[in-house]
Amino acid sequence: MSYYTVTGLREHERQHGPLPVWGNGGRQRPDRLIDLVERSGLTGRGGAGFPTGRKMRSVAAGAGKAVVVANGAEGEPASCKDRLLLTRLPHLVLDGITLAASAVRASAAYLCVHGGETDLLASLEYAVAEREAAGVDPVPIQLAGIPGRYVSSEQSAIVHYLNGGPGKPTFSPPRTHERGVGGRPTLVNNVETLAHLALIARHGDRWFRGLGPPAAPGSTLVTVSGAVGRPGVYEIALGTPVGQVLMMAGGPVERLQALLVGGYFGAWLPAEVAWHVPMCHSGLKAAGGAMGAGVVIALPDSSCALAETARVVRYLADETAGQCGPCVFGLPALADAVTDLAYAGGRGRAIDQITSLVSVIEGRGACRHPDGVTQLVRSALWAFEADARWHDHRGPCAGVRRAPLLPVPGDEDPL
Amino acid sequence: MTYELRINPIACTGHGLCAELLPEIIELDPWGYPILLSATVPGSLVPHAKRAAATCPTLALLLDRTGPRPR
Repeated sequence: MSYYTVTGLREHERQHGPLPVWGNGGRQRPDRLIDLVERSGLTGRGGAGFPTGRKMRSVAAGAGKAVVVANGAEGEPASCKDRLLLTRLPHLVLDGITLAASAVRASAAYLCVHGGETDLLASLEYAVAEREAAGVDPVPIQLAGIPGRYVSSEQSAIVHYLNGGPGKPTFSPPRTHERGVGGRPTLVNNVETLAHLALIARHGDRWFRGLGPPAAPGSTLVTVSGAVGRPGVYEIALGTPVGQVLMMAGGPVERLQALLVGGYFGAWLPAEVAWHVPMCHSGLKAAGGAMGAGVVIALPDSSCALAETARVVRYLADETAGQCGPCVFGLPALADAVTDLAYAGGRGRAIDQITSLVSVIEGRGACRHPDGVTQLVRSALWAFEADARWHDHRGPCAGVRRAPLLPVPGDEDPL
Repeated sequence: MTYELRINPIACTGHGLCAELLPEIIELDPWGYPILLSATVPGSLVPHAKRAAATCPTLALLLDRTGPRPR
């Protein structure tokens, strides 16, 4: 998908053909589209990797008229793929929204992005207007700018915001697919997932399965950054070894010590471990990592992995929605402990302190925010075990003086 | 019939009464918020669990009757 400017509706239809119609007098019944998605094996590209067809089926079976919500509020600071799709190929995503809406017989559809991204909202408004004029979407697509916090991109938080709330995660059940926007069954999909849907509807499930292993079919977008020659967003076949993904991005420009795979809710993997691991949910999970939204950050030998982790943990602690005690109090305490280990050393006690904080915090939030942070910290203690012991007993290493690599909003953008 | 405890972490503001009334199952973290040592409530503790749930000032402690599902 190497486009350099926004693709307008006419150009989009010239490249991909018109939007196939399901239901509403179209050529096929809506549930046939769900069958097709199930056969394709498409899974969510937002991080959780849940089978899209199964999600659609449960929403379609719910009581009352369904709602479709496209999640384009990429919360992950190191991910750019959703923004890239929405900027360059908005109509592929908008096609996906309309297809999803017909599959679950929805009567309302929303596309959510961060409210602060006014340029993106303006270009999406233009794209939606193009489609209105051409009469492409039977269910009008409404744009929503949600508050720009990390947890706001969590699906219950988006639903909460669309229901007039403050855009913070809620205590489930009820689950979104049962009672979401306006109390109606709600399908929340990542925008990349919907773009794949738009292609599957045109080319079929076999075409989609032409890439990737049978258990993880299709292609996916990944954002590669850090010490590589050409940082950016790449489209890969699922299951491509992580090392090969790095080579697509120009390869390492320095000796690497580790990769952060899956983003800030992902995990650190030592570079030599990660190199041959297939980039898909099952492959990364087996290696102790996570796929997340497809983020890969290459950390060079000269950086201090603990200092990098400390900055990210601090950022994530600041991003708490402020609702649950273990998150509100636990994450700042964890950030303090990791920062102490990285920058001050720990007189041999810091690792134990971090480990006990991690186990106190884990599994106790209403959303996955605190658990995402503890997973990152756990993986750092595992991947950089020798480093952590050095810091704990002997103080900071030389790497803490290097300029930070992992992007944290508010800092200078190092990408 | 079995009973299971859940905490609504958003509603919970850390009064800590539950840990006083049900110390066998609930302890407090360093910030005063409850940690469930087990979700399932043994039969002998069910009356205490009911009292703890009813006493919570923010109604954040939830006692669900789960029991054997009808087949």
